[in-house]
Amino acid sequence: MSVQIDSQGQLRHFLTTEGLEPQLLKRILDTAESFSDVIGKSVKSVPLLRGRTIINLFFESSTRTRTTFELAAKRLSADVLNVGVDTATIKGESLLDMLRNLQAMQADMFVIRHAESGAADYFARHVDPGVAVLNAGDGWHAHPTQAMLDAFTIRRHKGEFEPLRIAIVGDICHSRVARSQIHAFNGLGAGEVRVIAPNTLLPRDIESLGVHVYTDLSAGLRDVDVVIALRLQRERMQGALLAGESEFFRHYGLTEARLQGAHPEAIVMHPGPINRGVEIDSALADGPRSVILDQVTNGIAVRMAVMTMVLGVAPEQAREGA
Amino acid sequence: MSRILIQNARLLDPASGLDTIGDVAIADGRIVRLGGAIADFTPETTLEASGHWVIPGLIDLAAHLREPGATRKADIGSEARAAAAGGITTLVMPPNTDPVMDSPSVVDWVRHRADAAQGAQVVPLGALTRDLAGETLSGMAAMGAAGCPAMSDGGHPINNSLVLRRALEYASTFALPSLLTPLDRHLAAGCLHEGPTATRLGLPGIPVAAETAGLGRQLAVSRATEARVHFGRLSSAEGIQLLRAALNEQKNLSADVAIHQLFLTDQDAMDYDPRFHLSPPLRDIIDRQALREAVKDGVIKIICSDHQPHDADAKDGPFASTDAGASGVDTLLALILRLVEDEVLSLQNALATVTIAPAQLLGLDSGQLAEGAPADIAVIDPNDPWFCHAETLKSRGLNSPFIGWEFSTRVRHTLVAGRWVHQTTQ
Repeated sequence: MSVQIDSQGQLRHFLTTEGLEPQLLKRILDTAESFSDVIGKSVKSVPLLRGRTIINLFFESSTRTRTTFELAAKRLSADVLNVGVDTATIKGESLLDMLRNLQAMQADMFVIRHAESGAADYFARHVDPGVAVLNAGDGWHAHPTQAMLDAFTIRRHKGEFEPLRIAIVGDICHSRVARSQIHAFNGLGAGEVRVIAPNTLLPRDIESLGVHVYTDLSAGLRDVDVVIALRLQRERMQGALLAGESEFFRHYGLTEARLQGAHPEAIVMHPGPINRGVEIDSALADGPRSVILDQVTNGIAVRMAVMTMVLGVAPEQAREGA
Repeated sequence: MSRILIQNARLLDPASGLDTIGDVAIADGRIVRLGGAIADFTPETTLEASGHWVIPGLIDLAAHLREPGATRKADIGSEARAAAAGGITTLVMPPNTDPVMDSPSVVDWVRHRADAAQGAQVVPLGALTRDLAGETLSGMAAMGAAGCPAMSDGGHPINNSLVLRRALEYASTFALPSLLTPLDRHLAAGCLHEGPTATRLGLPGIPVAAETAGLGRQLAVSRATEARVHFGRLSSAEGIQLLRAALNEQKNLSADVAIHQLFLTDQDAMDYDPRFHLSPPLRDIIDRQALREAVKDGVIKIICSDHQPHDADAKDGPFASTDAGASGVDTLLALILRLVEDEVLSLQNALATVTIAPAQLLGLDSGQLAEGAPADIAVIDPNDPWFCHAETLKSRGLNSPFIGWEFSTRVRHTLVAGRWVHQTTQ
């Protein structure tokens, strides 16, 4: 899937964290670092994307992700258009037709969320040259900016990745976040990435992505430095995947007690929105180990970084060009 | 009907093992003389074919022609002519049309449309159950009389095992084989082989168990009958293993594989290319190897195109939202001969999988070069390379997974019952 990398090895779309060179992953984090200073200032914007148009195209509802993409775009001085698409109303209109219509509005970038795996890839293959596509989540496949903001948050709290053991807990099977995290953390050289889930929520051959698989929470959390709980969608309770929320919480819900075997300084993360008392205990989510709100803040800087990189105007790239 | 003499060709007949240079004389739609230099025959047309091969026209055991019901994708005429250009003289058409082929009137209508097409002939399969609903038996005797040589579940496995048993028994009453789809639909709610590729792409997988659970149940039920049962489109090593074991005890079984399963794997879908969205799905390299072995050692005797032409819109979009299936009549013969180049099969054995083997399953007198047999013939140039492009496809379905491949043989002429249905100039 090299559609996101141009012949010079630069990002031209951001669709997945899979297959990205470690230097590129680090450059995203470094660029985000430079933007996080901007966010801290009283004047919170820079003119890097002045005059550019970014369309947020969300085929699935989202509050946090869409808002932080919007904020990131505005802090880069871009014009932002939010298009929420109710999939019921576009019946009959193909994705391609919709894309062409929106492209006719001279957008420079699409930020896309869609329920189908591969949707962002599809858009990237069909946009005009020079138009960038950012994947804000496609089906179960990828959510690369989420994974990078998680990596950013981990690096800020824990430093380099090499010695770290990172555990991802919960619904791995249906999670685009988990897949993108696994590729990003492995790409950044993490010591060990673990996934912890009941067998019904583990996709077949997940080990092939470079993770150690645990079905026992306590065993999986032993000596870990970072614990990431995934959101468990309520509709998963309806099929024959799980035996109810309380049973799930008893065996896979994160609590302070369950973290006994983890590293004493272990941090706890969650991509949100949280189901308190299902995948994580409130006391833990709001406690000293939790960096969940940092993740949200860091999301803005990371998205600013990626937006400038795909349009070739990131601070470092601008210097190179000068 | 015209009298035709084809001269100096390499005559290849897998049924008899014939492989010689000689002539073929055709009159009244049948082969009247075969082999050697035929002198005492007065033709109306003579075809000098030195350097070319004459083979029995192909019988494609599974070709969805989309008519009636889905003519936006293809129609009987377009596909029968495309098949003829690909050296296919008989298309066997599953009953999952709209309306379903579960009565003689639909069968008659299809045959009428096929006759008008001037291409490959079409052999319709009757539905085992009414409306393919798996509940009540269809009028098999009447459909058999109307020209259906076999009955089929049309890709919709009969869930109720008692109904399945009764359907097999009833079909066998009229000496009609039953063609079944080895599938458990509850396990098949995905779009790609369950494995590392599907996991990477975030696509719901179809486990091998979707095939083996269906096949295992159907094998058990078929053992309770004396029926002639054929399993269509096997895709997995484990499915082959089950079949192999069953064949040791039951002689009235057979199976086929779609040609693309012998060349492609799930990894071909790595870029979400909808051309590789197939049903059953492409599986992994071990499965592909097992399927090749099964073809080699005769556990699978029939290869088909599983032709499923689609309109462009049906194959445009993110992978899971596209329709499954590949267009296949254009490349069936070229790929069969590729199996010979890849040393999977001898030339005669490769040709047998698409000629005499399906003919024997269905009780057709075609599929062979023999005096008295129908003059269903393809004349091919074994040394005329071509690239498969969307523009070279004759099918209305441009959804071929083999676009970009180069093939070495080209079909020059095709005859159905002694009528030219395809001709190219040199």
